[in-house]
Amino acid sequence: MSSAPVLESRFPPTGPAAEPAAGVPAVEVHDLTVAYRTQPVLWDVDLELPEGRLIAIVGPNGAGKSTLLKAVLGLVPPVTGWVKIFGESYARRRSWVGYVPQRESVDWDFPTSALDVVTMGLYGQVGWFRRPGRHHRETALACLDKVGMRDLAHRQISQLSGGQQQRVFLARALAQDARLYLMDEPFAGVDATTERAILTLLQELRASGRTVVAVHHDLQTVAEYFDHVVLLNMRLVAAGPVATTFTPENLQRTYGGRLTALTQATEALLQKREAKLETKLEGGKGEKPWS
Amino acid sequence: MELSFTARNVLIGATLLGALGGLLGSFALLRRQSLLGDALAHAALPGVCLAYLLTGAKTPLPLFAGALAAGLLGSLLILAIVRWSRVKEDSAIGIILSVFFGVGIVLLTHIQRLPSGNQSGLDKYLFGQAATLVVQDLQVMAVLGTVVLAAVLVFFKEFKLISFDPGFAASLGVPVRRLEVLLTLLLVVVVVVGLQTVGVVLIVATLITPAAAARQWTDRLGTMVALSAGIGALAGVAGSLASATVPRLPTGPVIVLVSSTVLIVSLLFAPGRGLLWGILRERRLAARIRSENLLKDLYRMSEEAGDFAVYFTWPHLMGVRGQSAVELERSAGPLLAQGLAERSGDALRLTEAGRREAGNVVRKHRLWEVYLTRRLELPVDHVHRDAEAMEHALTDAAVDNIEELLGFPGVDPHGRPIPARRTV
Repeated sequence: MSSAPVLESRFPPTGPAAEPAAGVPAVEVHDLTVAYRTQPVLWDVDLELPEGRLIAIVGPNGAGKSTLLKAVLGLVPPVTGWVKIFGESYARRRSWVGYVPQRESVDWDFPTSALDVVTMGLYGQVGWFRRPGRHHRETALACLDKVGMRDLAHRQISQLSGGQQQRVFLARALAQDARLYLMDEPFAGVDATTERAILTLLQELRASGRTVVAVHHDLQTVAEYFDHVVLLNMRLVAAGPVATTFTPENLQRTYGGRLTALTQATEALLQKREAKLETKLEGGKGEKPWS
Repeated sequence: MELSFTARNVLIGATLLGALGGLLGSFALLRRQSLLGDALAHAALPGVCLAYLLTGAKTPLPLFAGALAAGLLGSLLILAIVRWSRVKEDSAIGIILSVFFGVGIVLLTHIQRLPSGNQSGLDKYLFGQAATLVVQDLQVMAVLGTVVLAAVLVFFKEFKLISFDPGFAASLGVPVRRLEVLLTLLLVVVVVVGLQTVGVVLIVATLITPAAAARQWTDRLGTMVALSAGIGALAGVAGSLASATVPRLPTGPVIVLVSSTVLIVSLLFAPGRGLLWGILRERRLAARIRSENLLKDLYRMSEEAGDFAVYFTWPHLMGVRGQSAVELERSAGPLLAQGLAERSGDALRLTEAGRREAGNVVRKHRLWEVYLTRRLELPVDHVHRDAEAMEHALTDAAVDNIEELLGFPGVDPHGRPIPARRTV
């Protein structure tokens, strides 16, 4: 992965988001209820997500995590409530938003190349009745380069490993040059190298002032990878900075009786917290334990 | 070859239809809607019959219009059922197909009992009769064909996007549902165009068969669509010429047979995706493994002899490998050709290059054995068979990582030295 600055962007980097975002929230969800037919999936969700952070959406299977992303994107109609992106409707802010769907949601045997898929991220710019031109192609190649996939640009997508496919999806989102990225399980089923690469990418995005909201399954890495967490189980359980929100008590409320996986996670969490507190007490650099 | 006027009409009509079917069939195939075309064709039948009953004559345009209207109604009903009920798409297609076709058959039977009905020739719509194509039919086909082609060219980018990733398309603000309806409408148009030539029952083959064949040869959507249209047109030409030269040969079924032949050839022989290539790849892999095993045995025996210059005789090797002379010859062939082994009369030994190459395989084998015994704590006498498989699968980089992970063990669980990392 190259360490060159993010591609020439419509959104100038605001620098590391050290101070809390002063302006409007990146995402504001008000009183959102979503149902598939008569089956409610999300109930009365109220949520504000700050700009410039890495935000995890966490919750058990069927908690409505993907649905929340899709509702923010306007892909599923709400029964009640509304969503605003940087203070406006999604339709008006569409070009500010990049989307990484679940990898399993598409047929990877589709006759197309990695480069072609990334170019799809530019279709919004290309517009109707026109073909992507040379500079679109170059932008797409640069995005593939960002995820370390330039050499595989012309591979048919079924010949890529799961991790490589995930990187193609991320490169496509990069091509969208967005200010807010919504990602559905970007870390699911990828190899360790890809996981590190994705993490580095997310951190670079944050460093240039972007906001990333990702559905995340691995409770062990939430505190390490993300700044902010949304705990969801049909209803919103809690949302806020990882340090104050990602607590064993809140996890217990999110996952209810499903304790087996949870106990391990909370134990690891408690151990980590103790270890960090110890280093702090021993005169570490005084960094905040959860940042 | 001199073609009669009718035969020329058939040729033009069948070619046009083949190309259009192939064009749209690609999208139907990739969107897993192969059966939609079938349902639309069956749904068009009652439209044809009603148009005949209303106008009382078999003039092309009203029948086209009737078929089009019924086909559209059927397709919209399928979309509506999927959207508003719990019925899944395949069931919705089945329901519409059978209900509309049933009504069509009832109407058809009724028409044939009418005094004028016997001459109507409407039963030709079931299996198609290309010979009934008249110039007016061709004109309608040409116009509709141009519309379909133009639509695919103009919306190619969008059709590709909604076929691959509709969710992402919607997030970009692409009107996915409207484009899906448009694709379905185009499909209805092509089906209706083909009804008279190929018939209700076989029309789906002109959509799907060329597309499935084309998919075998390319990994690019643009190429696939063009190739599919080409295969469809070719089948149209072949089918119409065959039925023009051989008496009593029906055009529609011959078109389908030709494109099916192309499909079978493609499924078997297309490079990469063809079945034959899969078998060849497997055999090549098996041959490589046999050669690697011989290489490894030569290495092990030289190691035991403490001398890599010594030759091993054919009967000795046959005993060690448990192979016949012919099999051994086959395993040794690639090694000799690549300069990994050299032969002196009836004996074999490793070259310097062969020693390095074999060292690499042995290295993988022995490191994997160490890994299994140390990390997975398997007993020493249980790890050999597993290592036999892994030595052919592990990459050099992976094995280097394993060596590092194990802290550069030096010897395997049986105490034999692990060859060093290759420096070449």
